[in-house]
Amino acid sequence: MRYARLARLAPMAAATAMLALGGAACGGSSATQGPGSEVPKIPVAKSVGKGEGQLNLVAWAGYVEHGQDEKDVDWVTPFTKQTGCKVNVKVADTSDSMVSLMKTGQYDGVSASGDASLRLIYGGTVAPVNTDLVPNYKDVEPYLKNQSYNSVKGQMYGIPHGYGANVLMYRTDKIKPAPKSWSVVWDKNSPAKDHIVDYDSPIYIADAALYLKAHRPDLKITDPYELDQKQFDAAVGLLKQQRSNVNQYWANYLDEIQAFKTGDNTAGTAWQVTANQAKAEKAPVDTTIPSEGATGWSDTWMVGSKAAHPNCMYKWMNWITQPKVQSQVAQWFGEAPANPKACSYTEKGFCDEYNVGDKGFYNRVAFWKTPVAACGDDRGDKCVDYSKWTQAWTQIKG
Amino acid sequence: MRIPRGVRVILRLWAVIVLAFIYVPLFTVVVNSFSTDKTFGWPPPGFTLQWWANAWQNAGAREALWTSVKAGLGATAIALVLGTLAAFALSRHRFFGRRPLSLVIVLPIALPGIVTGLALNSAIQSTLQPIGFGYGLFTVIIGHATFCVVTVYNNVSARLNRMPRAAEEASMDLGAGIFRTFSRVTFPELRSALLAGGLLAFALSFDEIVVTTFTAGPNTQTLPIWIFSNLARPNQAPIVNVVAVVVIIISLIPIYLAQRLSSGASARTMY
Amino acid sequence: MSSTVIPRETGDGRAARRVSAFLYRHAGARLAALVTAPALWLVVVYLGSLALLLVTSVWTVNSFTGNVVPVVTLDNFATIFSEGIYRVIIGRTVGIAAAVTVIDILLAVPMALYMARVAKPWARRLLVVAILTPLWSNYLVKAYAWKVMLSEGGLIDWLTGGSSPGFSATSTTLVLSYLWLPYMILPIYAGLDRLPDSLLEASSDLGARSWRTLRMVVLPIIKPAIIAGSIFTFSLALGDYIAVQIVGGGTQMIGNVVYANVGAANNLPFAAALAVVPIVIMVVFLLAVRRTGALDEM
Repeated sequence: MRYARLARLAPMAAATAMLALGGAACGGSSATQGPGSEVPKIPVAKSVGKGEGQLNLVAWAGYVEHGQDEKDVDWVTPFTKQTGCKVNVKVADTSDSMVSLMKTGQYDGVSASGDASLRLIYGGTVAPVNTDLVPNYKDVEPYLKNQSYNSVKGQMYGIPHGYGANVLMYRTDKIKPAPKSWSVVWDKNSPAKDHIVDYDSPIYIADAALYLKAHRPDLKITDPYELDQKQFDAAVGLLKQQRSNVNQYWANYLDEIQAFKTGDNTAGTAWQVTANQAKAEKAPVDTTIPSEGATGWSDTWMVGSKAAHPNCMYKWMNWITQPKVQSQVAQWFGEAPANPKACSYTEKGFCDEYNVGDKGFYNRVAFWKTPVAACGDDRGDKCVDYSKWTQAWTQIKG
Repeated sequence: MRIPRGVRVILRLWAVIVLAFIYVPLFTVVVNSFSTDKTFGWPPPGFTLQWWANAWQNAGAREALWTSVKAGLGATAIALVLGTLAAFALSRHRFFGRRPLSLVIVLPIALPGIVTGLALNSAIQSTLQPIGFGYGLFTVIIGHATFCVVTVYNNVSARLNRMPRAAEEASMDLGAGIFRTFSRVTFPELRSALLAGGLLAFALSFDEIVVTTFTAGPNTQTLPIWIFSNLARPNQAPIVNVVAVVVIIISLIPIYLAQRLSSGASARTMY
Repeated sequence: MSSTVIPRETGDGRAARRVSAFLYRHAGARLAALVTAPALWLVVVYLGSLALLLVTSVWTVNSFTGNVVPVVTLDNFATIFSEGIYRVIIGRTVGIAAAVTVIDILLAVPMALYMARVAKPWARRLLVVAILTPLWSNYLVKAYAWKVMLSEGGLIDWLTGGSSPGFSATSTTLVLSYLWLPYMILPIYAGLDRLPDSLLEASSDLGARSWRTLRMVVLPIIKPAIIAGSIFTFSLALGDYIAVQIVGGGTQMIGNVVYANVGAANNLPFAAALAVVPIVIMVVFLLAVRRTGALDEM
């Protein structure tokens, strides 16, 4: 009898204990943080020691290739041979997944775009980087250094990797003549009706804002990531209006390529790497950057604050920014390399096509950055922050 | 019940339609594994054995398959133990909390995978990580075992309820202790139920992706996770088809064996 | 016990016999020995982690850093109940799950009937293998196969002459029905297989024709099995977020929004709050069907 009662109570007691323990362990930071407030103090590495034998990365698909896609597209195997660091890569589809993956603390580094980097910095998820420990850093384009998305008060938090624009991809046989404006995806009666593809992330709202910047001057949009409520509502309205014409919200390359190939998609936003692979699959597609300009991404390799293998990560950051590897990555992915010395290894015309070294082009692309309440101009703190972007995104998709 | 001929014909037709429904997509998977088109366009423009050759050399696929087998075996073993213990406890004893406990056993499989995955993920982060335990095969097995318990429990419970106690009592009257009675009398009767429950548990664990995504770390790739990450890569996607076909073919063996072993009197207790 | 009277075989040492005798006399101790391990696992590990998740649902997250703010508030639930979009998504998900369940029941019952009562014994075994085999082919591979079949110019277009449902809620329902069909067929088949012939003979002796026997004898007996299968299909459809992303073309279900809030929006508290909805739905469902004995047939 006694044993039966004990048997009943034990699980209950254990459960309570676990709850208490879990509750205590679950406590997180309670202070509100943002640019202008304190960045968590995390020590910066002073030297790079021996490699730890392993490296766990979070990266965009195509950044960390070890011959798995094509035999000779491989810059990881030589790295492992030289440093002894075996590389495991977790491919992420969006900046948001990258942030949440890094927050688990299980990864050593991430190729963060501008809309993830500040969140990672202020969340204490990444550590400041000692650029002296990365010899190739001195060759990186000066206009990529100390940017608002990869540094705080002059302290760099990563090593720039490369940048590119979100291009307009379209079926050459279905959309004639070649589109010159983004209106092919935003117009209610566009030739791509019912076959439009959007990028599946709330950051895409900026693309709507970019379009309105050119076509609705009354809204006075200057920066598509710094939108006050009125501008934001207009952008969301445009997206809701577009919803019925949208066939797909793409997050992984194969989905988008398949849909373009079958003709389920005829126009929409894509990355050069997706377009290149679609063309290799004999899909009749082409890309362009329309007159309104484009949003884009400028990626930075960042070191996790809880990285188990920081030495390997520093070695990787130096490896990936050397000219030959930069040329390999840039040509495979279809982006402008951060190190212009890569151009001596690339094919003829590649660097011109991607506007490498063209500061003017760089300034014209609206690179991803995390929307925050502080507008950064005389409007003060009236801008809509990213959490409202994500809520609105659910509303838009319906 | 004599089923009239007309109804028999309809039922037969229905069975054909359902089987076609089930197998046509699988057929396209097989065909696509030979297709030259990397994005699975239909109809396939040409045929090639290249993907089969690539898959054979693909270390990632082999490792993932082995990891899945390990996870499945681990989860099934735990589920067999816990499920049998629970079945004995709940069908042979009356105690306070019996009905709620039987409900809790079903809960891991009745609640959506994402809920179970999220819950286990939060728990692992807040309880195991602070004491230095990382994500890995172990956490995957914990996750899988939790929802596999119910299949073993139900099969063993059903068998126990149908089993006459007389044999066990006779055995103990003759002087055998509890342990020997269990191993000589009870266990042989339970074997088919354990096999059925274990097989279904293994199948559940083998194909599971949602809970696994939340409980595996960066270094643990079960087969579904490997498939997930490779289906997104246009050059790897055809290899996924090959792997899927291979898994189906390999699995025919245990399924058929299990069917033969349990056919006969206890076929009725299979599921 | 004197070892000369009862020959002791290998394996049962003195300690084992004493434990065995003790357990035999004390039912409570037996129960404790049996129930502790599973109870600890399920209650502590599983229910405990569920509780942790639910606790998270009343917290919020700092939108910029993504760190959890452990201050208790019902904001998340307020958002779910007040903003129309979430009601729409929940309604749509429940609708799809219900449709999937109904479709699967309609497909499975005649199939199971054929397998259990019409097919010859050798065919029966083959059919069971045939139904079990798809369970071993990967979920994702099947979903992608459907994606290709549903796309423009694909198999479905060819079969229906150009009116494939494409990527929509309809396709999602179709694919989910496909994926979970074996889980519905198997319990119903098992239930029909267990049906003693004598019952059916008695019914026919009493003058009932086949249709009536089916309606008044067979269906009530396999009702628990049908419900058991429904629990599987309903719950699996309710929480799905992968298949709907592949063939849904932008359709949002509860699972997507939960997943997006965990990953993309980095808002675990809100995701947890949203996850409470399917938990409540399923627990209510389970409590309602507990009496029918369906839980034993899963």
